[in-house]
Amino acid sequence: MSQGVLSPSGPAASGARACPRLARLTLHEFRNYPALTLDLPQEAPIVVLTGANGAGKTNLLEAISLLSPGRGLRQARLPELLRTGGEGPWRVAARLVSDAGERELGTGLQAESERRQVRIDRRNAQPAELAAVVAVLWLTPQMDRLFLESAGGRRRFLDRLAFLLDPEHARRVAGYERVLRERGRLLADAPASPADSAWLAALESQAAELGVAIAAGRLTAVEQLNTALAQAAEPDFPAALLAVEGTVEGWLASMPALAAEARLAEALALARPKDAATGGSLVGPHRSDLVVSDRRRAVPAARCSTGEQKALLLAIVLAEARLVAGLRGLPPLLLLDEVSAHLDQGRRAALCQRLLAHGGQVWLTGTEPALFDALKGRACALAIANGRARLEEWAV
Amino acid sequence: MFGTEIERLIQLLSRLPGLGPRSGRRAALALLKRKETLLLPLLEQLGRVAESIRSCRICGNLDSAETCAICRDPARENHSLCVVEDVADLWAIERSGAFKGRYHVLGGTLSALDGVGPDELSIGQLVARVKAGGVEEVILALNATVDGQTTAHYLSERLQGLGIGVSRLAHGVPIGGELDYLDDGTLATALKARRPAAG
Ligand SMILES: Nc1ncnc2c1ncn2[C@@H]1O[C@H](COP(=O)(O)OP(=O)(O)OP(=O)(O)O)[C@@H](O)[C@H]1O
Ligand SMILES: [Mg+2]
Ligand SMILES: [Zn+2]
Repeated sequence: MSQGVLSPSGPAASGARACPRLARLTLHEFRNYPALTLDLPQEAPIVVLTGANGAGKTNLLEAISLLSPGRGLRQARLPELLRTGGEGPWRVAARLVSDAGERELGTGLQAESERRQVRIDRRNAQPAELAAVVAVLWLTPQMDRLFLESAGGRRRFLDRLAFLLDPEHARRVAGYERVLRERGRLLADAPASPADSAWLAALESQAAELGVAIAAGRLTAVEQLNTALAQAAEPDFPAALLAVEGTVEGWLASMPALAAEARLAEALALARPKDAATGGSLVGPHRSDLVVSDRRRAVPAARCSTGEQKALLLAIVLAEARLVAGLRGLPPLLLLDEVSAHLDQGRRAALCQRLLAHGGQVWLTGTEPALFDALKGRACALAIANGRARLEEWAV
Repeated sequence: MFGTEIERLIQLLSRLPGLGPRSGRRAALALLKRKETLLLPLLEQLGRVAESIRSCRICGNLDSAETCAICRDPARENHSLCVVEDVADLWAIERSGAFKGRYHVLGGTLSALDGVGPDELSIGQLVARVKAGGVEEVILALNATVDGQTTAHYLSERLQGLGIGVSRLAHGVPIGGELDYLDDGTLATALKARRPAAG
């Protein structure tokens, strides 16, 4: 049973760019969708989803975001994704087409399992393997407050940017977090006996190796992004300037990585009594922050207006998309949830121009088709309602 | 659909790694249909294995003798000792044919979160084996997981000052890759390209 099927409108237009794009997306018992199959016209790399509040626009983007490692754009727990009252398991499948040919991607929650299942070209795979096949990058309304809230959100944002440039980054972050949890447990459990101190040292030298690699990965990402942002400076879009503020990142500016590792391991060893008391860890890249400012006006992002902050975020995301396309040859799928809110008409038009120039597929959402007038005739528009999708009149 | 006896058999079979309820049903049916050629021989062999298989008292490998075939084999090199987490890793390295020395099975990795400390692993026995003499090099063939690498750090610390070389597998192993899943060629390369452990 499949609902809301669109027929592909003939063969791809000649000269169509060969960026990776979803040609078909299938949802099964996912959020508010019992079953949905979307066949997307090949000649439109931009897809606009419109519909009332609660129609299922964000849910659709979330489904696409699960085609990459991690928990998707809402950071949801996997069982939450099953449709209320639905018969499990939930599934998301997609056909990705590009120059390199077609790939079949699928994910879902296995019965009685905590881990999600991933299929690539009809064989079981680790979620991390998805990163080699497709890059997915998103911007959601929740991120509107990124510059105003705690450092944790900005750090996760930065780590995601670094991960898209170097997929190994995610493994290091996950490993680092696990080592810190192990160390925390050991400090809480046992008054340091000699055996435990060797164990703690083993954990700390692991933490130091991973932590310095994480800091280095972030610095590289920020440097590459700043270069890309400087090249793309356009008058109607703000120019963002990025920096990482953190102890370990600071060390790397003045000493080689091996020296920084030794220093971090030493700092962790020294902090044992304090860390045992607080249950945390005083020093390390888990305390760093991403600092963003408007380059032209030299104003910190937190002091920019709501719309200016949104434009800064968009500038960063678009620069990242160009970088990932250039460095890894993998133009990301861009998922932009309600990006037009807060943007004035000039910025909205500038955004549309940039999106048309982006090499990869772009998914946009909004309550009103009128928000995307600048894309008229150049995008595929889908009206979402009642768990179905309908191709809109002003489509390609 | 099934009687309780068959249900119970399916449940047990489904618990085997790689099998789920579906393949459990298929396996049960295959056994029941081939009583003489499959079910009874399997029953007999399971009984024998349950009776005789134990952990080797020297290295922790599984064998029907108190000392396993590898530990008994006079042709294997005494000077080189390969430390693995699990018997599955020992089997993987044996399949690659790239190692001619002896083994030591730890029985897991250090993990404070899972309540596995040095005393839960055969680390004391490892240190005793090295101290007893004859070993010149210990190769830490632990998985590239966080816990595997923490354990490797810990062991190189504990083995320091015993006058032996300690090295680690050089693996460009894929994410979370475990030895058992590596193809034999990759494993052989990782063994050859081992590097001294930093401690
Ligand atoms: N597990 C679930 N099962 C069933 N329905 C769900 C589930 N999770 C969320 N929903 C519902 O899905 C509907 C669509 O949510 P979604 O966030 O996609 O809406 P939207 O189209 O993005 O709306 P808005 O314009 O307000 O952002 C909501 O009514 C929500 O309550
Ligand atoms: Mg929404
Ligand atoms: Zn043995």
